Formats: sequence, structure tokens, C-alpha cells
Amino acid sequence: MLKTPLYDIHLALGAKIAPFGGWLMPIQYQGILAEHSHIRNAVGVFDICHMGEFMLEADLALSGLDRIVTQNIISMPQGSCRYGFMLNDQGGILDDLVVYRVNENNWMLVVNAATTLSDYEHLKRNLSGQYILEDVSSKTGKLDVQGPQSLDVLKNIFGGGILKLKYYTSSEFFFQNQRCIVSRTGYTGELGFEIYISTDYVIKLWEVLLKDGRVKPAGLGCRDTLRLEMGYPLYGQDLDINHTPLSAGLIKFVDLSKNFIGKDGLLKEQKSGSKEYLIYFQADSRRAPRHGFAIFANDQRVGTVTSGSFSPSLSVGIGMGYVSGNYDIGAELIVKEAGIEIPVKVARKPFKKLTSL
Amino acid sequence: MNIPKDLFYTKDHEWARIDGDTAYIGITDYAQHSLGDITFVELPKKSEELKQSRYCATVESVKAASEVYAPLSGKVLSNNEQLAAHPELINQSAYEKGYFFSMQISNEAEKEKLMDAVSYERYLEGLAK
Repeated sequence: MLKTPLYDIHLALGAKIAPFGGWLMPIQYQGILAEHSHIRNAVGVFDICHMGEFMLEADLALSGLDRIVTQNIISMPQGSCRYGFMLNDQGGILDDLVVYRVNENNWMLVVNAATTLSDYEHLKRNLSGQYILEDVSSKTGKLDVQGPQSLDVLKNIFGGGILKLKYYTSSEFFFQNQRCIVSRTGYTGELGFEIYISTDYVIKLWEVLLKDGRVKPAGLGCRDTLRLEMGYPLYGQDLDINHTPLSAGLIKFVDLSKNFIGKDGLLKEQKSGSKEYLIYFQADSRRAPRHGFAIFANDQRVGTVTSGSFSPSLSVGIGMGYVSGNYDIGAELIVKEAGIEIPVKVARKPFKKLTSL
Repeated sequence: MNIPKDLFYTKDHEWARIDGDTAYIGITDYAQHSLGDITFVELPKKSEELKQSRYCATVESVKAASEVYAPLSGKVLSNNEQLAAHPELINQSAYEKGYFFSMQISNEAEKEKLMDAVSYERYLEGLAK
């Protein structure tokens, strides 16, 4: 199991540690509910050093990068970020990622921890012409600062320039004379920032952040409840190679007007209709649907839960899962597992509205 | 870890406060701490007959669900209705406000199979090794 540079600090803070994507990561410090609430109301900082980062120097037209990712990257202004996918030939999702256009010919691709190596191989296989691709994951630290007061906190560290960052843009900043990339992005539904900095400086940055009384450490446990309340899918649970952006309801992150790996598979599926669709549902009780529970409609098994949890904001169980067939908002289903039966209703995402995002 | 001296304990981390033929049942401070924030509890119904060491309740935290086993056999007298809306009472007060239910014990000899506080503390020390 791999450890991030902050591992010993997490232990000293009393964090519960668990394996995640090949890494030993902090799941919680003072408690998932308290951390969840703190990020919805103030600021939390997550150690996200486990995620993968690739730096690519390449001419967009010659390198074939545009064929590898699904979003329209030709139109990306310098300093912008875009969420999208890398697909296999059938349109199955190899990974979801965020592409950063650092400048004209320099790109940063941010990918999931468990898929970093396979993503790198996929890129190397499919890039062409002259390019320089580097996996910088092991020397890049990443801290996510999320919550309604995050802008104020980071203004004190990086200066007033941070105020100019718009949603889904990034820029270069300096921390103790060390260059870092800061983007106004995140996966919690709150105003927030992701900071990429050398692993040599990530501990110092963490310590400076926590000196601000408004900032508390947050673990992956509350990251999961926060992203679920927003209806954001997680790769490895809600997204995988057996499902496409079409069946996941995420086609808006795919530019069908350009050519990309997996486009033929998606067009075929568009004609025939998806075998399964990702739906969102809400229970009428505090009981939590869990990953792997069966979804039933009228005594027929129609699908499987991919993510589920107690929602700290709504105080009921929420979740998502793939079902065969179409179910309207409000349709009644039952989530079942070994004697547990949870009545749920199909819901719109996000479950949690009116966040600071 | 809080281990009151006047209670009896199981290896599955349930506790029993025994007073004559009545017992109050809950999960230990160790159990609530291991589970984290408790968000849901399913309790046995009033008058339900329970058998020692058999399933009697479910407790869920944000990340996991766990089964609770009856420390003793007997009939459920009442359950802690406050837990339906406030399961966090188990985290806050595992041995008092966070009790699960009360029961009428049908076989006092079963008490011999339970641990006292000293034995339970030693048992937890063994788990930590």
C-alpha cells in the first residue's frame, strides 16, 4: 500500500486510515458527519495526493490528444479546465478525468489513483507525433480546499490574484516561492479549490492551511457523502469499463461533433438505446442503501446500487445505481439485500441544492 | 475506553445492565467508537422473544451496517424510541441514553456466559494486539 507525504500527520491527528485505490488514506478525523457539515458551512482540506497527474507538452493537432479525451479541448482557453472521459473502442469508460490547458501546448491531465498506470499506458499507446508525456504523480502533492469560506482562506495564502479565478479555471501561484497550480474546482458541491504543489512543500502548505481556525482536516468518508449529495459519480463504483457516458447520463461531457476513441460505440448505443441507465434515488427513512444492493420494481429485479449512503444534509438514505428500463422522477422502487428492504423514489440530482458553488 | 464495572459484556460488544429479571441492552463504547457516526437503528419489537447470541437489532453508521446479538434470552419489554430520530445518542451516551431496549430475562443462568468489566477490558486488550 502506498502512503502520501501526509500519512504520519494523519496518524498524529487521530485519523482512521483505510485502503483506497492502492493507498492508505484518511477516512475521517473527528467524524464523517462533523466534517461533512464543516465543509458545507466553513472550510475543509482533503489530502488528495493519491490521485494521478500527467504533464503533456504537445501540439494539439499533431499529438492526437483530442482523439483520446471526449470533451472538446480545441476550444479550451489557456487556464481553463474540463471534466470528461477516456473511453475504450466500445465507448466503455476507462477513466474520468479533468484536463487542464496550462498554456497553448502544455496540458495537465488529472486522473484517478487506481487507474493512473493504465491511463498512462493508454495515453502512450494513442499519442502520436512529437510530444513529451510525463507521469508526475509521485512528485505532485494535491490538497483540495473546499467550502464557502475557502476563497477567503486562500486569499491570505496566495494573495488577491485568487479572487480572479473563475469556476473551472486554473492559474499559477506561489507558496513560499514554490510554484503551484491552483484551480477553482472540486467534487463537493461547494466553492472550492484544488492545489497542485511539489511533494516537498505539501506538508508545509497543509500546516499553513490548518493554522487558519476556519480550516479543518477532512477525510475521504465525507468526500463520499458530499459528492453523493451532489449526484457526482465515482469511478470504480458508478463509472466503469462496462458502462458508457450515455448510460451514466453524462453525455454532456462528450463532444459528439469530433472524432475520438469510443465514438462509434457511443453512436451505436445511441441508436439501439442503452441496456442500463444510471438513476438517482432517495429513501423515506434514515436507512442507507449500499453498493451492491439489488433494485426492484414490482417484484422484478431491475438493477443494482452503485453508491449509497446516509445523507447528512437530508437525514435520509440516498443513492445511485444502474437499472434496465426507464423510471420517471418519483417512481417507487425497492432496494433490497438479505432481509433489508428500503423503499425509495427516483430523484433528480443534485439531492442537496443551494450550496455555495 | 469507558467500561462500566456494573455491566456484563459479550464478545460482539453488546452490554447488559441486569436488575433482577430485567435487563437493559446496548452496544459498548468500543463498538460505537469503531462504528463512527451512527445514523440508523432497527430495534426488536415489543414482546418479541429473543434468544441469547441470536440477531436482535441492526445498527448503521455512515459507512457500514452491523448486526447486534441478544446478550440474553427473554422477551422485549420496551425499546428506546428516541433512537429512531436520534441514533447519535448511541455515540453520545452508549450506556445511558443510547440503550437499545429492555427485556425480561427468561434464563438467569445464561449470565455465566457473559464477561464482567475486567474480563471485557482484557478481551479488548487482546483485540488490540
